[in-house]
Amino acid sequence: MKYVISLLVFLSLIFSTINGKINNVSESIISSTNNALELCFSLAGIMALWSGLMNIAEKSGLVKKINRLLMPVISFLFNDLPKGSKALPLISMNITANILGLANASTPIGISAMQQIDREVGDGKNATNSMIMLVVLNSASIQIIPTTIIALRARHGAANAAEVMPVIWIVSIVACFSAVFATKILNKRKKIEVK
Amino acid sequence: MKFTDFILPVIIVFIIVYGLLKKVDIFTSFIDGAKKGLKNAYEICPALIILLVSVGMIRSSGAIDFISQSLRSFAEALGFPAECIPLAILRPVSGSGSIALLEDVLINYGPDSLAGKTASILVASSETTFYVFAVYFASVKVKKTRHALASALIGDFVGVIATAVAIKLFF
Repeated sequence: MKYVISLLVFLSLIFSTINGKINNVSESIISSTNNALELCFSLAGIMALWSGLMNIAEKSGLVKKINRLLMPVISFLFNDLPKGSKALPLISMNITANILGLANASTPIGISAMQQIDREVGDGKNATNSMIMLVVLNSASIQIIPTTIIALRARHGAANAAEVMPVIWIVSIVACFSAVFATKILNKRKKIEVK
Repeated sequence: MKFTDFILPVIIVFIIVYGLLKKVDIFTSFIDGAKKGLKNAYEICPALIILLVSVGMIRSSGAIDFISQSLRSFAEALGFPAECIPLAILRPVSGSGSIALLEDVLINYGPDSLAGKTASILVASSETTFYVFAVYFASVKVKKTRHALASALIGDFVGVIATAVAIKLFF
């Protein structure tokens, strides 16, 4: 985490000095803090809504049902979580919401999943394999109907706005699989080092 | 009315009605859960501020234009439209920024041009990696993120290559 932040901050100072864009950077520092707070604020409402709804879904047994459906895939991808882990149903719900394109629902559920993983297997220092897998799946997720892009294309007068959809599926599936594959390989490498 | 507009309300109604049928006290359960949600949002705030500031700094520093310039000949050799290089690089860094760039390409080259299609595929087939990274890791107390960013960026890179290959094959 500290290296990511240092690298970004350092590189932006170098590049903005070369490009004469240091004033843009100063402006963006102020506006980014605003954006961060706005994001927290808008996340707060939607996180409260979904955490509340998820609590209902859990008490009614709905979570368990959905979990059973996606279990085989998820227990393979998140094999460092204990059986019956409370994070697993949250992860399946997060992935389902992503596929349906419900970003508003997937982020708050994903955050709860992250915290649940931390509680169960976290060591307080290193990201666990399952945390990394969750982040990777969310940054390379597959969406069935890319609504925003199709709407944009239609607005700019595309002959067939949805024409690109099959290619989008193929590309995102390929990207998602390679990201998962990369994660699995890098997971193993770290394990060997620890031994 | 679009089909996709139904998804969210239907899910909410379904969760609530299913809870009612299973005799769950839906109001109290909701309040208990929502309290946790609010607390979480409050807790991720400080980490989000420093992460979004650093991502914002790199975005406004002109680094992306610099990298695009140096990748130009490589992209042309691949048959990848040069107009889309800045978008390919900006995509993992900024969601709203890449939508703005996509609009730009759609206006200047048209949605049915090769550049327009490539740009649409690039934006739709990927997520804002740095944003996901920031929000998710802000929520847990982790000092070392290990290979999380590397793996996610490998996915983005493969996505760009796959887009280049796909537009050659299909369009």
